[in-house]
Amino acid sequence: MSAAKNDMPPAGAGQAMAGWLSVAIAASLFAWFWQALGPVAAGEVIRYSFDWVPSAGIAVSFLIDGLSLTFALLISGIGALVMLYSTKYLAGHEHFARFFLYLTLFMGAMLGLVLADNLLTLFVFWELTSITSYLLIGFTHSSAESRRSALQALLVTGAGGLALLAGMILLGVAAGTYELSEIRAGDVAITEHALYLPILILFLLGAFTKSAQIPFHFWLPNAMAAPTPVSAYLHSATMVKGGVYLLARMHPTLGGTDVWFWTLAIAGAATAVFASLMAVKQTDLKQILAYTTLMALGTLTMFLSSDEGYAITAAMLFLIVHSLYKAALFLVAGIVDHETGTREVDRLGGLRRFMPITAAAAALAALSMAGLPPLLGYIGKEVIYAASIKMDAAWFVTAAAMAANALMIAAAGIVAFRPFWRGEHATPMTPHEGPWRMLAGPVLLAALGLLFGLVPGLIAGPLVDQGVKAISDGAAKPAELKLWAGVNLPLFLSVATIALGVALYAGHERVRSALRSMGEAAPSFDRGWDRVLDGLKGLAAWQTRILQSGVMRVYVYTVFVTLLVAVGGTLIWTGAFSGLPDVPFAELQAKHWGVVFLIVVGTAVTTITNSRVAAITGLGAVGVGVAIIFIVFGAPDVAITQLLVETLVVVLFAVAALRLPHMKREDGFPNRKLDALLATAIGAVVTAIMVTITSGPINRRLTEYFESAAWTEAYGRNIVNVILVDFRALDTFGEIAVVAVAGIAAWSLLKGPKSDETEETR
Amino acid sequence: MNSVILRAAARLLVGLLLVFSVFMLLRGHNEPGGGFIGGLLGAVGFIVYAIACSTDEAREALRVPPEKIALFGLGVALLSGLASMLFSDDPFTGQWLFLGATEDDKGLPLSTVLVFDIGVYLVVMGAILTLVFALEEEI
Repeated sequence: MSAAKNDMPPAGAGQAMAGWLSVAIAASLFAWFWQALGPVAAGEVIRYSFDWVPSAGIAVSFLIDGLSLTFALLISGIGALVMLYSTKYLAGHEHFARFFLYLTLFMGAMLGLVLADNLLTLFVFWELTSITSYLLIGFTHSSAESRRSALQALLVTGAGGLALLAGMILLGVAAGTYELSEIRAGDVAITEHALYLPILILFLLGAFTKSAQIPFHFWLPNAMAAPTPVSAYLHSATMVKGGVYLLARMHPTLGGTDVWFWTLAIAGAATAVFASLMAVKQTDLKQILAYTTLMALGTLTMFLSSDEGYAITAAMLFLIVHSLYKAALFLVAGIVDHETGTREVDRLGGLRRFMPITAAAAALAALSMAGLPPLLGYIGKEVIYAASIKMDAAWFVTAAAMAANALMIAAAGIVAFRPFWRGEHATPMTPHEGPWRMLAGPVLLAALGLLFGLVPGLIAGPLVDQGVKAISDGAAKPAELKLWAGVNLPLFLSVATIALGVALYAGHERVRSALRSMGEAAPSFDRGWDRVLDGLKGLAAWQTRILQSGVMRVYVYTVFVTLLVAVGGTLIWTGAFSGLPDVPFAELQAKHWGVVFLIVVGTAVTTITNSRVAAITGLGAVGVGVAIIFIVFGAPDVAITQLLVETLVVVLFAVAALRLPHMKREDGFPNRKLDALLATAIGAVVTAIMVTITSGPINRRLTEYFESAAWTEAYGRNIVNVILVDFRALDTFGEIAVVAVAGIAAWSLLKGPKSDETEETR
Repeated sequence: MNSVILRAAARLLVGLLLVFSVFMLLRGHNEPGGGFIGGLLGAVGFIVYAIACSTDEAREALRVPPEKIALFGLGVALLSGLASMLFSDDPFTGQWLFLGATEDDKGLPLSTVLVFDIGVYLVVMGAILTLVFALEEEI
């Protein structure tokens, strides 16, 4: 798409407005969060709460502490830069304004997620991020691959979201509140609660699908189908960090147990090592970066497993480090793609001559990614090592961190060093420097990596320390951030990592081909996903074929047999049926016998006749009989409705029946016998239900309430109508909405195109 | 159906049924009737007309497509329900105005509840006519 869009006419003024408006929204949100920095640095926690469903104790509440503020600043700040970048990157795109709408919605959802202090508020925003990211990943909706990736991301994270909702409800039940801050402050120890394990599993399912931990990682590299700025945004600051955020937020509540430690440590380590191997295997800039994002997510998860102050500091710091360099590198990849027409690393080279500013930004970001001094990434790596040797299972965590970091150095070289600094290569387009709006983001973000590296105190006090405090609920002591920590074990580990990383970079082509030949033997999660989805569709098709045969007779049989088994079975199972009541035959008057006679005759006519019209009229007579029952027992409203509906049914049937062929009833005697059997059985079950219901004492509380309140509170004497339009107006509204939809649906079915094209127009 | 007698009678009947349907709608709050019943009656009126003359003529007499009537009714019902929020009540709380009320006489009662019932009337009539007209035309 990057090649084609330059030929399109420039966007209109309104379109351009949409872009600048989004930038302004993001920038002002950033400014707003910026001014919260002071109070939060001083240890203050800001909370806003609004009632939502007060009767169920559900509120929309937001909380700003070190953790949520760090996320909010990253989301709004990187958001503003990405949007500024996109105003140029997508200039002239036919869906320019739509793109900014999605992106702004996504940013809002993400901010809501990290600021939410109520479990259900969090869930709503959690799902909103899934939906908006679905729209963003599938933005190029004309491409089948793009649609597949979007759907995959939606289904994987959506399924995780459902698990999360279940976990939240269990947690709410266990803790007695849905407010996160109250759960943390409360005296219910969730980790010792009987429901702890189910809660933990459900929360981890939510977090691991969102943050693409093994084995749910496969959707993330596919999400690269999105336009590059979206990848930069989703993979640096936001969407995928949602799961990590959840783990951090739940750390005081659910963490500190062996299950927590081992699950997070193993899943995180496996994801980190696997992803960094996969990163080196790729040749597409965006794919490499996608896998390095997975590596970062794995690392963050791994360090959130521990209670150790160093480990939490490592997670918090690496979160910031990664957001800065990853957003910068993705934006650089976008510039390279935009200006050269390719993202294949083997076709890129010598770009520093044509795009020196991009090259400088890429170099700074890559140095931070590789963890070299004096960048923030170096401090991040030092703290990671300092933490890993202090944690339980230190050898395991240290080995994983070292392997992943060494591979990161190689990946950083492939992504950001080779395309710019090796010999020149011919590219599809003649490269030149990107425009300022696209350069602003990467340059600023890369420069921040350097600035924070030189002066770590800028982020240590307000963000990292307060974040650590929030994650550990004040229990852990944050590690000190400095460039030179003296000669110690982490320093040796760093030196070893750099040596290993440089060696890996030098031989990365051999590593790649070795990985390729290994990769062919390994099972592919992505193909497994396809098989699961195909199986699901097959199951749906199979049960549809069975239940929805298209033959009216089969439908009626299905419904009635289900009713018979479910209701009749329940009656017998529970022994609720108390036997036939004593009918006071002597008290019955002529009118009662008349009604019975009418209904019996109507039924007889319907079953015996061979004429459709006669059958319908017979049914109508039954309906009239029922209406008379209502009149006899004093329910005129119901009776009128019943009569009118019966009339309409007869009219409708007559309209249709007159045009149908002659009724065929000669389709075999056994069939008729079966029909009779089923009909009798259904009649018996319904009678049994009626008898059972009426044999119990009738609770007249509601009747009495409505009888007395209808006039005094709703100024009406017709209780039925007052209930319909006043006491239960919302129900009635739902019903008439159904009526309207049903009418229009029937209309569109009858009037719709006659050809078979209406079937399955995916 | 081509019957002169039915056609002549239908013209009269339609008018009567429609007036009666509105009567049922309005009295509904205190005596048997209401939006559902009124809407059904109104629909029956037009169906009789459609059977006696033709669906085209019935559509012409209706002037507005029935599906639009149904949706309009749904909108009316929704707005009447939301109106109470202007008076900071919960949605779908009835709002009443007794026009010209004195000590002994409650005057002319006007309410959002009646508007809601009119919405119900329109939805029921519109939806049923949508269905019946389509059936008559397509089968």
